[in-house]
Amino acid sequence: MDWLSFIEFSLIGIFSGGLLSLVALGFVLIYKGTRAINFAMGEFMMLGAYLIYTAHSWLGLPLWLAVAFGLAGICLTALLVERLVLRPLAGQPVVSVLMVTIGLGAFLHGAVDAIWGGRNLEMPQMLPRKPLLWGDLLIPGPIFWSFWVALAVIAALSLYFRFSRTGIAMRAAASDPITAYALGIDVRRTQQLTWVFAGCVGAVAGTIVASISSLSPALSATALGVLAVVILGGLDSILGVIIAGLVVGWLESIAVGFFGGKARDLVPYLVVLAILMVRPYGLLGTRDIERL
Amino acid sequence: MRIGDFKASYAHDESLLTTPVQRSWMLGFALLVILFPWLGANYLTYLACLTGIHVIAAMGLNIVTGYAGQISLGHAAFMGVGCYTVAFLAKMGVPFYLCLPAGGLASALIGVLVGIPSLRIKGLYLAVATLAAQFILMFVFREWDGFTGGVRGVNLPPAELAGWVMDTDPEIYYVIMACAFVMLLGARNLFRTYIGRSFIAIRDKDISAEVLGIDLFRSKLLAFALGSFYAGVAGGLMGYFYRAITPEHFTLTLSIFYLAAIIVGGLGTVLGTILGAAFMALVPEVLRGIVSLITVWAPDAMALLSPMREMVFGALIICFLIFEPHGLVEMWRRVRRFFHLWPFKT
Repeated sequence: MDWLSFIEFSLIGIFSGGLLSLVALGFVLIYKGTRAINFAMGEFMMLGAYLIYTAHSWLGLPLWLAVAFGLAGICLTALLVERLVLRPLAGQPVVSVLMVTIGLGAFLHGAVDAIWGGRNLEMPQMLPRKPLLWGDLLIPGPIFWSFWVALAVIAALSLYFRFSRTGIAMRAAASDPITAYALGIDVRRTQQLTWVFAGCVGAVAGTIVASISSLSPALSATALGVLAVVILGGLDSILGVIIAGLVVGWLESIAVGFFGGKARDLVPYLVVLAILMVRPYGLLGTRDIERL
Repeated sequence: MRIGDFKASYAHDESLLTTPVQRSWMLGFALLVILFPWLGANYLTYLACLTGIHVIAAMGLNIVTGYAGQISLGHAAFMGVGCYTVAFLAKMGVPFYLCLPAGGLASALIGVLVGIPSLRIKGLYLAVATLAAQFILMFVFREWDGFTGGVRGVNLPPAELAGWVMDTDPEIYYVIMACAFVMLLGARNLFRTYIGRSFIAIRDKDISAEVLGIDLFRSKLLAFALGSFYAGVAGGLMGYFYRAITPEHFTLTLSIFYLAAIIVGGLGTVLGTILGAAFMALVPEVLRGIVSLITVWAPDAMALLSPMREMVFGALIICFLIFEPHGLVEMWRRVRRFFHLWPFKT
């Protein structure tokens, strides 16, 4: 591989890493807020994309209204899921919470399959298709623009957590629920909001993924590869997963450039194992100290 | 009704089946298992074989996750390792009664490797690590053409014992049931020994277990080795049962199926493993029956079968976790308690 294609693969990798960071943010929000890894993240992504597709193609709404419809649908789903499935399991062992999100994923996957069928659907055009030419470098348009959308969503959320009252309350509840209770923060409400935000982030990411490739129930599988980003960045660090998203995106792209498309199935999981062996809490995650 | 349950000797106290009622139930069950291929149709025998394999594999996962508390999302991949080892050896002419333990041992070796991260990490992190192992092993199954036959898979010769070729379901049925019996008995007894009890101690609180003098390093790896051994044997039996194996037999879906089976059945119980594996294996069949009834009114209902199966699977996991976290075995215990004093006090 010569220098030119190396640079090209690197740029494509870093730009597609933005999307990885966005999905990883969905995982991190829920882990920070409720100490659970949401294995149904992929299904949330898929459901959001399907809702937007339905609003646009079946109901004939304009695109911005379709996106609003999709996000509203995801908010409702997230609220229902938090109330009916996750809250009864608060304080249960890890394996129960893990399994319930997996069960939820299977349920949503089956429901989407039953309603929309298993075939590939064409998403409405959202990101400009036109590839960018920088000298001899060619960057596919959707990947370039998806990076900026992802960055905008992440920046908006970060500002929200930094400056809004509710955002600060959510951070307080995440870092120490009991003290937050004592200070009069409604921790249940913040946990609900966590799920809503994570669902919306997932829906946006899912829509982008679907409009880059196509929309089918197989979309949900993309989320599991993102676990590499989450683990590398640290399960509870937003800044960590942004950096890790770019790193893993770059690594995947370079590996694909060197070893062909099959590497994409392998690289994320090798990264996971390596990180877990060497530095389980990730780049910027907090180190768990166990007290007796 | 049961009146008085007196243990007059140590032998009695240590026996697995303590009352005559239990022994007669067990005898009845054993007869049913032995006579089953003659009673039922071919399809039922086929289902019983599959259930037997699932029971063995789920027992392995229950040792790792239910008893030792180490979450594993890579159980199906361990089955794959066992299965491909068995396929490799069987093609070289090794008899099946040597192949199966060899498959189990190969799987145990990989299990120990995958279990190594469990020394540093636990809970969700370990789940993610085993998930990664599942995907990496799947990649190996797909790509290592020489050993696994790649995506096209491998074919196994039928199991053979002293000239008797077992190439039909009822014949392999007895092999599966014999293995299941031996391995379940082994598991039941394991948790009366030092090793098994140290697993339980680690699950309940690993630091206290270490303070009590349990070697965490050895015990955790041993749990992974034992669990994967069960998975390997189950995978080998699956190979002899299907006789044509592709990597698609050992996907993450199957790993999740076994986790669901032990949660539905009851974590950390042998009976629960059997109940859960049988229940989860039979639910899709019941569902198929219901859907084929519905087709009388709605001819295209069959297309909904696979999404519905997935939805029911997810809903079962969620409902059991919320409403009956101790699983089917707890329901069974409640029924038993009710009948202990039945006509007099309910």
